[in-house]
Amino acid sequence: MAEQPRTILEKIWDDHVVASDPGAPAILAIDLHLVHEVTSPQAFTGLRERGLKIRKPGQTVATADHSIPTLDPSLPIADELARKQLAQIEENCREFGIPFHGKGSPTRGIVHVIGPELGLTQPGMTIVCGDSHTATHGAFGALAFGIGTSEIEMVLATQTLLQRKPKTFRVEVTGRLQPGVGAKDIILALIARIGIGGGTGHVFEYTSSAIRALSMEERMTVCNMSIEGGARAGLIAPDETTFAYLKGRKFAPQGAAWDAAVARWRKLPTDAGATYDRTIVIDGDRLEPMVTYGTNPGMGVAVTGQIPALSDVEPGARDDLERALAYMGLEAGSSIAGRKLDVVFIGSCTNGRIEDMRAAASVLRGRHVADGLRVLVVPGSQQVKAQAESEGLDEVFRAAGAEWRESGCSMCIAMNGDQLEPGEYGISTSNRNFQGRQGKGGRTFLASPLTAAASAVTGVVTDPRTLVAAPQSSAVEAH
Amino acid sequence: MSEPFARVTSRVISIPRANIDTDQICPARFLKITDKANLADALFFDWRFTPDGKRREPVSFIDEPVNAGRQILLAGDNFGAGSSREHAPWALRAWGIRAIVSTSFADIFSGNALKNALLPIVVSAERLAALQALVATAPDGEWIVDLEAQTVTLPSGESFAFAIDPFARTMILAGTDEIGYVRSKLPAIEAWEATHPARVDTREGAAAR
Ligand code: SF4
Repeated sequence: MAEQPRTILEKIWDDHVVASDPGAPAILAIDLHLVHEVTSPQAFTGLRERGLKIRKPGQTVATADHSIPTLDPSLPIADELARKQLAQIEENCREFGIPFHGKGSPTRGIVHVIGPELGLTQPGMTIVCGDSHTATHGAFGALAFGIGTSEIEMVLATQTLLQRKPKTFRVEVTGRLQPGVGAKDIILALIARIGIGGGTGHVFEYTSSAIRALSMEERMTVCNMSIEGGARAGLIAPDETTFAYLKGRKFAPQGAAWDAAVARWRKLPTDAGATYDRTIVIDGDRLEPMVTYGTNPGMGVAVTGQIPALSDVEPGARDDLERALAYMGLEAGSSIAGRKLDVVFIGSCTNGRIEDMRAAASVLRGRHVADGLRVLVVPGSQQVKAQAESEGLDEVFRAAGAEWRESGCSMCIAMNGDQLEPGEYGISTSNRNFQGRQGKGGRTFLASPLTAAASAVTGVVTDPRTLVAAPQSSAVEAH
Repeated sequence: MSEPFARVTSRVISIPRANIDTDQICPARFLKITDKANLADALFFDWRFTPDGKRREPVSFIDEPVNAGRQILLAGDNFGAGSSREHAPWALRAWGIRAIVSTSFADIFSGNALKNALLPIVVSAERLAALQALVATAPDGEWIVDLEAQTVTLPSGESFAFAIDPFARTMILAGTDEIGYVRSKLPAIEAWEATHPARVDTREGAAAR
């Protein structure tokens, strides 16, 4: 009997189904469980109440990222609740025997940055975390998705989850990106097209030439925001780029085990003839740098474009648009470029990796940020921070008038003291522009690191192609 | 999960807007708690309070005395978009909400809600519009959400059926816990693990930390 052609999602799924009772969801084995301080405390409490241990501490790893300050780590933590939460995860990890990359550790960082950089994230795995941006790890051809606290407790207790199989949604990005256009622009363009609920019930698989040409860092940026399109996960089939990234990393297989793993990983890509529940094609040649104007990530336009007029949107969406623009203090039908800014945030699990730091530095090198603007550059992990410093990027940022911080989620979620003040405008390389996300009353424009850095120079929302066209130092390319 | 849950009879709060995200339902700064208590006040906090912490004037719908104690929420499309925070259904439950009716729910929110016996009830766009109109004209009518029968009965006596994950329904009706169910399958899990060695050991080199 000939085997049915399968998608990569189906292969990983089939490989991890432990059991499925009729009518019940499948019991899915979990290879790697990432834990952070914010969504886990109640799960540990639940375990204690049941008198249970962690079934597989060796498949569990924890860090502190969301509420940790990005200021001098030797200073005490001012926020009492954050301090308690950080003490709690440390205590929980000690009690339950989980490796903890905590305060002071050179391998601490945003959970979705450290998994890949440590080589823990590998193709074909199932990976979960109490965080919706777990989709990031799908860049390696892993099935990775966010879970709630009850599910964290389930994974801690059983190393499995009850799941129903998601549907498949192929996102083909054809052609090749123009200079100044990057991974962030691909994903913002996708979400602008399908809306923030467009992928509900599905897993995206990103395919075709413009995706294949991306580095691992860029692929992570794309997969990271799958959840912003409503998909719980995003996947990119592994290839030579994936293997080259992983080889030699601390937790990647070594020696003969490496060869065996690569041979296994090569079987993961979707078979010819496999079918998807839905498909969308995006013309990569025609993409432009994207910026959001509204209060969800689907409200985005090309930086050269206009905020939609009320007549441009369907009647049902007008209320949404009007409410969003009222919050943002913007007029329907006006240009997005040239909007005045108060703050620039470069960082997060979407764009806080070394390539993002390099991209921002390539624009800021030899330039200065606009007067009165606050510019925060926050590396995604301590390893990214160390790498950036070894390349002198911290000096570039400081010389340009930007702040260079310790790693963490920072102003992406505004839990650690880094935040927009009410009414302030910020351009941000993070992933959510929901009302109040970056601070009560704060107004967010989402964009790529290039666009954010270019806007830092001018003080207004700026098309990066107007600045990067000018030749900059080649030190960036040399790395 | 706790006591078995079968039906709720209540008036309805209608929020006729789409894409209500988890940062609206429970803002991130309330995620620093390490328990589940006191989240009732966090619900829709920024809609209810100004950035400097004063109750808005006029008060947000959620603080209108007439809405106190209502257990059914009628919301626009794609409710619960955004983060995986279970604090969102915790806050809704803590405030008293037991069922939400919308045209769709974000995947993670929907799963989290079911684990907290908060029913996400999906209806068609036409039905949603009709229900919103109904609440606008008869704001004090009581609806009955019956999980056992999988029906919603309107004040007129008219009722409609809704679909719900059958497994989640069984769990909620019985007040049982999924962890107990999965732990009863431990032999199958162990058998699977015997043929699928762990891909990583996160403790390697842990001594150096
Ligand atoms: S950087 Fe932002 S999106 Fe990413 S894990 Fe942290 S808070 Fe979540």
